[in-house]
Amino acid sequence: MSLLEIKSMTHRFGGLKAVSELNISIEPGRVEGLIGHNGAGKTTVFNLVSGFYTPTEGNIIVDGQDTGGLKPHQVTALGVARTFQNIRLWKDMTVLDNIRISQHHRLGYSFFDAVMRTKRYMKRESEITAEAYKLLEELSLVDFANEYPKNLPYGTQRKVEIARALSVKPKLLLLDEPAAGLNSSDVVTLINLVKWISDNFPVTIWMIEHHMDVVMELCSHIVCIDFGETIAEGTPEEIRNNPAVISAYLGDDNI
Amino acid sequence: MKRYNVQIILAVALAILAYLAQEEIIGKYALSVLMFMGINVILSTSLNLVNGYMGEFSCGHAGFMAVGAYVSSVLGVMLFAKDKVFGPALLDPSLSIWVFPLIVIIGGIAAALAGLLVAIPSFKTRGDYLAIITIAANYIVISVVENIDTIGGARGFMGMKSVVKAMGKTIDMPWMPIWVFIFTILSVWIIRRFISSTFGKGVPAINQDEIAAEIMSVNTNKMKMVAFMLSSGLAGVAGALFAYILGYVNPGSFTILKSTEVLVMVYLGGMGSLSGSVLSAILFTLLLEALRPLQIIKWVVVPFLLILLMQFRPEGIMGNRELPDFFPRLKRFYAFKD
Amino acid sequence: MESLVQNILNALQWGSFYALIALGYTLVYGVLTLINFAHGDVFMVGAYIAFFVSTFLLTTLGLPGWGVLILAIPLTMFFTSLVGVTLERVAYRPLRRKGAHRLYVVITALMAGLILEHANLAILGASRKAFPSLIEEQVYNIGGVVFTNLKLGVIFTAAAVFVLLNFIVTKTKIGMAMRAISYDKFAVPLMGIPIDQIIVFTFILGSSMAGLAGLLFAMSYPVLEPYMGALIGWKAFIAAVVGGIGDIRGAFIGGFLLGAVEIMVVAVFPSTYRDLIAFSVLLIILAVRPTGLFGVARHTKI
Repeated sequence: MSLLEIKSMTHRFGGLKAVSELNISIEPGRVEGLIGHNGAGKTTVFNLVSGFYTPTEGNIIVDGQDTGGLKPHQVTALGVARTFQNIRLWKDMTVLDNIRISQHHRLGYSFFDAVMRTKRYMKRESEITAEAYKLLEELSLVDFANEYPKNLPYGTQRKVEIARALSVKPKLLLLDEPAAGLNSSDVVTLINLVKWISDNFPVTIWMIEHHMDVVMELCSHIVCIDFGETIAEGTPEEIRNNPAVISAYLGDDNI
Repeated sequence: MKRYNVQIILAVALAILAYLAQEEIIGKYALSVLMFMGINVILSTSLNLVNGYMGEFSCGHAGFMAVGAYVSSVLGVMLFAKDKVFGPALLDPSLSIWVFPLIVIIGGIAAALAGLLVAIPSFKTRGDYLAIITIAANYIVISVVENIDTIGGARGFMGMKSVVKAMGKTIDMPWMPIWVFIFTILSVWIIRRFISSTFGKGVPAINQDEIAAEIMSVNTNKMKMVAFMLSSGLAGVAGALFAYILGYVNPGSFTILKSTEVLVMVYLGGMGSLSGSVLSAILFTLLLEALRPLQIIKWVVVPFLLILLMQFRPEGIMGNRELPDFFPRLKRFYAFKD
Repeated sequence: MESLVQNILNALQWGSFYALIALGYTLVYGVLTLINFAHGDVFMVGAYIAFFVSTFLLTTLGLPGWGVLILAIPLTMFFTSLVGVTLERVAYRPLRRKGAHRLYVVITALMAGLILEHANLAILGASRKAFPSLIEEQVYNIGGVVFTNLKLGVIFTAAAVFVLLNFIVTKTKIGMAMRAISYDKFAVPLMGIPIDQIIVFTFILGSSMAGLAGLLFAMSYPVLEPYMGALIGWKAFIAAVVGGIGDIRGAFIGGFLLGAVEIMVVAVFPSTYRDLIAFSVLLIILAVRPTGLFGVARHTKI
C-alpha cells in the first residue's frame, strides 16, 4: 500500500488553477523527488499535503487515512513532517527547544500537569528532552543544543530544521528545496545526510529540489509537474531522457 | 536545599508582612500601596503572557479585571453580607475565611470565560484586528455592567467591606494583605511553570512563527485559547482582590485607561520577561504613588516618561531576559529556567 | 415613515463625524501600518482650536458669524494639522528612523494621546467650554421631517471630503506614492520617492480632517471637554477597521455603518445600550470578516 496517495487533486487560488487533477502515490521506504520549474505548483502540493491548504477537489490519503478536514497539526500527528523553502525555525528559542516543541502532538500531559508538575509531567518532560538530545546526538548537532538558530550558519540551520522535522517521528518527510542557498560543500553534506536519514530512520522522504545533481543522486523515483499537472514520472534515468521534461523544464539545455 | 530556598523565603516574607500589618507597624497607606503592587504584578505578568510571549496586542485587560471584580463581589456580598438587593447573608459569616479564596477563584474563572470573547476571534485574526477586538471586548464588558441595575449600574457596587470585616472577626488577622500576597505568588508561579514547560513553549512558538508552529504539531488554536483564558482569568483574580481591597467597585475603574496602565507595565518591564513584568509593576506602582502630589499633571508626566523610554530603551527594563541573566548568582538559589 | 427619514438623517450626521475621524486613522495606517492612537485626541484638540479661533475672531475682531466660519475652517484645519505633524516629527519619526518595532510606536501614540488629554485638563481645567454659535440655526420641516442647515452642512462636507480624498489618493501623484508606500516601504525610497514628505502629507491630510470634524462637532454639540476625543476616537477607529483599515471607502462605509447602528439602537432600546450593541455588532462583523469590509487579506506565502 502506498504511504501517500494523492487522488485527482485540484487546487484553485481564486481563478488560478495551481494544481490540476494531480495523481501521485509515494511508496514507503524510498526517497522520491518532485521537480518542475518555478511556479509549477510544487510547494503548493507540499502545502496541500501538510494540510496548510485544503484541496478544492480530490483527496489526500496518508497511510490509509483521508486528511480531508484535518488541521495541519493533525496531519502532522498522522506522521507528515516538513521543512520550508526559507527556513522557518523559531529563531529566538534554543535548538533544543525547537526540537522539543515539535513533539507537541505526543506530549501526553495537560495544562494542569504542567502547572502542578505532576509525576506524569516530570516523566514525559525528561523523556522528551532525552529524545531530543538523542536526535541531536545522531545528527551531530548536540553542540548547538543551547544556541539560538539565528546565530547559526545557514547550512546548520537547514540541518536543525531537518532535525526538527524528524523529531515529529514522521512516516513521511517533505523536504522543500533543502539545497537552496547552500554552497557546494554543504550540498555534499546534505546529500549524505539525506541518504543517512533514509537508511537509519523508518521514514519516506519526498523532496522538491532544483539542484538536478541532488535529485538524480538521491531519488529513486521522480515526478515532474508543470502548471500543476504531472508531465512525467519515473526513475532518474527515465526523467533525464523524457522529451516532455526536457522541453518543459530543462529547455534546450541538457544536464 | 536549593529546592526549598524560595519557598522558605516566601513563607518568611508572608509571616513578616502579616505581623507588620497586624501590629500596624506599617501604616494603612503603605499597606494599601503594597497590596496594589501585588495586584499590578498579577495584571502585568498575566498580560505579558499574551502581549509578550504570544506577541499579540491585547488592550482590553481591564475588561476581564472587571468581570472578576463584579462576579466575586456580587457572590461575596450575596453569601456573607446583608444587601438591599440580594437580601440577608446566605451563609454564616464565620465561613467567609474558607470561602473567600474560592470566591476569588470563581471570579477568575468567570473572567477566563469572558476571555473566550477574545480567544475565539484570535483563531482567525491577528495583530491590529485582534487589538480592536480586545478594545471592543473591554467596552462591551463595561457597558454590560453599566446596564445591569441590580449590581448598581454606572453608580457602582459595594458591601465587600463587610465580607472582609467578617473574615477579621472570625480570626483576627490582616486577611486582605495575606490573600493578595498568596494570590500574587500563585499567579507568577502558575505563569512561570506554564511557560517553562514544553507545552507552554508552544506560545512563543506561535509568536515567532505561527505557520511553522501549526505545521510542526502545535495545536495553535488550543494554545491561543489556553493563553488568553489563563491571562484573562488571572486578570479576573486581580480584579476580585482589587474589589475587596477597595470595598467598592464601579465601571469607571476598568476603562481603557486602566488597560493602558497595564500595557505600560508590560512594555516597561520588557516583552517576554516575567521578572521584568514583576519589577516594572513594583516600580510603576511606586512611581504613580510618588507622583500623586502632581495630581492631574501626573498623567502628563508618566506618559512622557514612557515616550522617552520608547525612544531610548524600547525593549523595556529587561528586554526578553530574566533576572539571572543579569545576576548569575541568583541561580544558586533558584533554577529560573527549567 | 417620518421618523425613519429623521433617523437616517441623524445616522448620516453621526456617520459623517465618525467617517471624518476614521479617515485620519485609515490614511496613517495605510501608509505606515501604524495605529495612531493619538488621533482621537487630535480631534479633541481640533475642537478646542476651533473654539479658540472662533472666540478670538468673534469677540476680539468682532467679525460676523458667517465670516468667522469661513475663516475658522481653514485656520482650524491648519492648526490641527500642525499638531498632527508635530506628533509625527517629535514622537514617531525618531522611532521609525531607528527601525523600532512597530509596537513601540503604537505605545508612543497611546501615550501621546494621554498627554494631549491631560495637558489640556491641566491647562484649561475640568470646566466645559461652550462653543459660540456661528451661524443662525435654521430649522426646516418638510412633511414632518425636521432638519437643520447645520446637519445638512455636516453631511454635505463629509461627502465633499470623500470625493476630494478619493481623487487625491487614486488620481494624483502624491496619492499614488502613498499607496505605493503601503505596499512596499523599502522599495519606495529606492524609486526616488521622498518617503518622509509623503508621510508628513499623510499626517496633514488626516489631522486636518480631524480638525474639520472637531469644528463641525463643536458647532453641532457646542460643549467641549478634554475627554470628548477618547470615546469618539476609539469608535471611529473601530469604524475604520470594520470598513477595512487602509481604505478610504472603508473609512466612510464603516463610519456611516457605525452611525446607523447607533441611531437604530437608540430608536429601539434605551440609549444606555448604544455602546454595548454598537460594539457587539462590530465584534461580530470582525469575527465573520476579520479584515473588515474592504480590507484585503494578505496571504502569507510559505
